Amino acid sequence: MSKRPPDLRRPGVSRRGFLQGSSVVAGSLGLAAGEVRAAAAEPTSDTRNIEIKINGKTRNMSVEPRTTLVEALRDTLGMTGTKIGCNQGQCGACTVLLNGSRVNSCLTLAVMAEGGEVVTVEGLADPSGDLHPMQSAFARNDAFQCGYCTPGQILSAIACIDEGHAGNEAEIREYMSGNLCRCGAYPNIVAAIVQVRDSQQG
Amino acid sequence: MKNFAYTRPRSLGDATEAAGNDGAQIIAGGTTMVDLMKIGVLAPETLVDITGLGDLEGHAVGTDALQFGALARMSKVADDPAVIEAFPALSEALWKAASPQLRNAATLGGNILQRTRCPYFRDTAYAQCNKRDPGSGCAALDGGKTSHHAILGGSEACVAMYPGDFAQTLVAFDAQVMTRGPGGTRTIPFAELHLLPGDTPHVETVLEPGEIVTAITLPRIPAMANSHYLKARDRESYAFAAASAAVGVEMDGDTVRDVRIGLGGVAATPWRARAAEDALRGGPLNEETAREAGRIAFEEAVPLEGSAYKMPLGADVVAGALLTVKSRIGGE
Repeated sequence: MSKRPPDLRRPGVSRRGFLQGSSVVAGSLGLAAGEVRAAAAEPTSDTRNIEIKINGKTRNMSVEPRTTLVEALRDTLGMTGTKIGCNQGQCGACTVLLNGSRVNSCLTLAVMAEGGEVVTVEGLADPSGDLHPMQSAFARNDAFQCGYCTPGQILSAIACIDEGHAGNEAEIREYMSGNLCRCGAYPNIVAAIVQVRDSQQG
Repeated sequence: MKNFAYTRPRSLGDATEAAGNDGAQIIAGGTTMVDLMKIGVLAPETLVDITGLGDLEGHAVGTDALQFGALARMSKVADDPAVIEAFPALSEALWKAASPQLRNAATLGGNILQRTRCPYFRDTAYAQCNKRDPGSGCAALDGGKTSHHAILGGSEACVAMYPGDFAQTLVAFDAQVMTRGPGGTRTIPFAELHLLPGDTPHVETVLEPGEIVTAITLPRIPAMANSHYLKARDRESYAFAAASAAVGVEMDGDTVRDVRIGLGGVAATPWRARAAEDALRGGPLNEETAREAGRIAFEEAVPLEGSAYKMPLGADVVAGALLTVKSRIGGE
């Protein structure tokens, strides 16, 4: 996997700022371009070797301190099941389980996960290929359309039940609010969670 | 994100020393720090990761006090049945904030020190921001959009709003913050931790370089058990407060013996509505007095063009929270 400079992902100016501003924005654009070049030319000697258990397997990797966990998963390890949506901790597409808790892997520095255990969507099916009950329930209930938010939704849904916050539909909606779905599959996502919750109780 | 050096001290002494160096920033849950580094608002030379200090993770509900380690996670404290019973408003203020993923990562120490959500602070495309770049001006006051800005405690240099929820319970219930800095340990009344913007909005707290929040304590008082955090926002979940109130009431028959009111979503710092509390103490609590308290809470507000709505909304939120608590007491 080639490593892309992280700064290329995000221009230094927001679309709103771009639309609203004028000369101020032009100045910032120049600055932003300079920053991107500087970042690309920066030496990457300050890397660290870290060890993280991912889906039960110990993985060693070399990362910069600024590498986020989702970048380490996708770019360093080639595990692209975990998605980057907003990259600001708002949409939940990057949700993984870290030491048993659901977190936004885009706001987690990989170096801070050193020695920890991570579960991603790739680790949910059992080794024979049988899907996790939550994966099956998402498929059965059409709990997605484009599917981009789905890995994060599924991990969050599993955690939602584990945390004891799937008592009723209102509670599920509240405790799934950190996962956005632009296709609007919310009713079916809630239905899938209710189904898995009920099957676990039965 | 600009690259930086990273260190993970194993002792509080080492952490204090590392955090006191120029260009150093403390990181714990990272939900604010990594976000602000990604958008270029912060560019520390060194991150001092204090999550290796396991002693700071716990919390305890005692008969005399509630104690929270600075590294206690928001979700863990919010879900603790002992916390919910002792101080429902505190649990509510935590679980009504952010998202489950963020609450699993964010720590209480980081939560109280979270930075403003002012769009002009967060977007470096705007050259004017006295908080981000002292002396550069204020894009919000210079014709900007002010619908999410402070109407209490702002200054001519800055009207950025303190965005947190948890802090409103702390300021209203006399919390104290324990710290460890280069000069040793100290205890700071929570109400004195945050500084009004004045002419120096970039100086947000009384904390000194290298000083680390280690714990938060609250004396246990009767009004805690009858408390509520009411949060009005643009959508039902996962949004910052448009106006919020942390209230607690202790009644003596039909008379208010003690009442606490903290205001969120409206002020430059965590805000205690003392005048509104004083108006209620010693009198009855009913819709009329609750609404009057709400009015008094915003008597000294300075509404901006976009934020005038916060005055009536905030007054309603105060009254609503008080009446909810009253009805719960009555139902016992």
